[in-house]
Amino acid sequence: MIVSFSDVVVVYDNFPALAGATFEISRGEIVLLQGPNGAGKTTLLRTCAGLLPIVRGSANVLSCDLTSDRYSVRKKVGLLGHANGLFHDLTVEENMSFWSRLIGASDQDVKTAMQIMGLSDRLCTTRVANLSAGQKRRCALATLIVRRAQLWLLDEPHAGLDTHGRDELDKTLRAAREAGATVMFASHEIDRARNLATRSLMVAGGLVTES
Amino acid sequence: MKSDSSMPVSKGKVVTAVFLKDVQIELRSRVVTNQVLPFAGLVMVMFAFALDNDDVLQRVAGGLVWLATLFSLLIIVQRSFAIDTADGALDSLRVAGIELSAVFFGKAIALAAKLVALEMVLIFSALVLYRVDVSAIGVVLLVTCVFCATSGLAFVGTLYGGLTAGAKGRETLLPLLLLPVVAPVLIAATRATEAAFGSGGAQTSEGWAWIGLLAVFAAVFGVGGSLAFGSLIDE
Repeated sequence: MIVSFSDVVVVYDNFPALAGATFEISRGEIVLLQGPNGAGKTTLLRTCAGLLPIVRGSANVLSCDLTSDRYSVRKKVGLLGHANGLFHDLTVEENMSFWSRLIGASDQDVKTAMQIMGLSDRLCTTRVANLSAGQKRRCALATLIVRRAQLWLLDEPHAGLDTHGRDELDKTLRAAREAGATVMFASHEIDRARNLATRSLMVAGGLVTES
Repeated sequence: MKSDSSMPVSKGKVVTAVFLKDVQIELRSRVVTNQVLPFAGLVMVMFAFALDNDDVLQRVAGGLVWLATLFSLLIIVQRSFAIDTADGALDSLRVAGIELSAVFFGKAIALAAKLVALEMVLIFSALVLYRVDVSAIGVVLLVTCVFCATSGLAFVGTLYGGLTAGAKGRETLLPLLLLPVVAPVLIAATRATEAAFGSGGAQTSEGWAWIGLLAVFAAVFGVGGSLAFGSLIDE
């Protein structure tokens, strides 16, 4: 199992955002997290990335026990949250260069990722502050592609993208899956998301059930 | 597309990448040069207007330089972490799986570079506005003082900037937490600078003991900061 949660409780802002979540995800799955706002989808993704401490229960992600060590897993996952994680005063190319230097990715990896996300030469030299919301999202997704993560954790990845960008993202996620990666993503665009996902989980009231 | 984690990156490369990123953003946005430097210069001029006495100004010049530095430090530290928190980049740094102590040193070195530029302008302002003279040996003391005090301020500024980065009301919280902690730097750097300037008949040799205090402060917060920074921004 790539992800295995058993009765996991995570408290966020004095509120049990996950209140006994139990589920498992196998390698190569593309799992859609459905649920209303505030259901715990974002908390679930951030917990899988090792960003939130587990109060009770047991959680294992990519063979890392998150209850005893939630730092080791971070090297193996790629997280795209609501924010894009970009520096607005830098250009697209400079942002890509910074993140690739941090993880030791090659220039070729960067070029490939930028091509996949349709970041043209003109966009490369544009400051992120001057990009549209969709272009920023594409840039953030390109930084994620460079990481070659084993587990992709995406929170509303389609948000802000145009039809072409959404199609390219879906294609990228399917390619990542074929390469052995596993994907968990939360989305409110149910039709597109169901088409992409191999399985759905419902998150509601801090609990996770099969959908 | 192959799916695996990228090769591990050395701590030195992370320090360099973070340092270059912060400096590049400053060169692009010019917040320090266009906003902080004029602010610090104005503080020096306002002190001159308020005290309006050459003898008094020469006597307190060292203190005014470091007081203006501390006020400016607060703005620079807040700006340094605002660029990381504005679009969630701090979270991305945490998930990158890199050593966060390397991020600490990268940010501290970038902060120190900005502070040195600021202090050069402030010291030059003191020489011109307050008509302070510095001997050759005084210059050596002054350079050493700037190096040690700047290191201490950069380490403690980065540590407390990280501590308050995700906090509510961080704009007011940072001065409340930071200013009491840097009081020893203000005192020691002021005394050492007064010795370098020869303010009030002070001898240059009197400044070296204060340099020792500044060096100890920088060492303590350099080591302590690198150990605590990761946990602080993680919580």
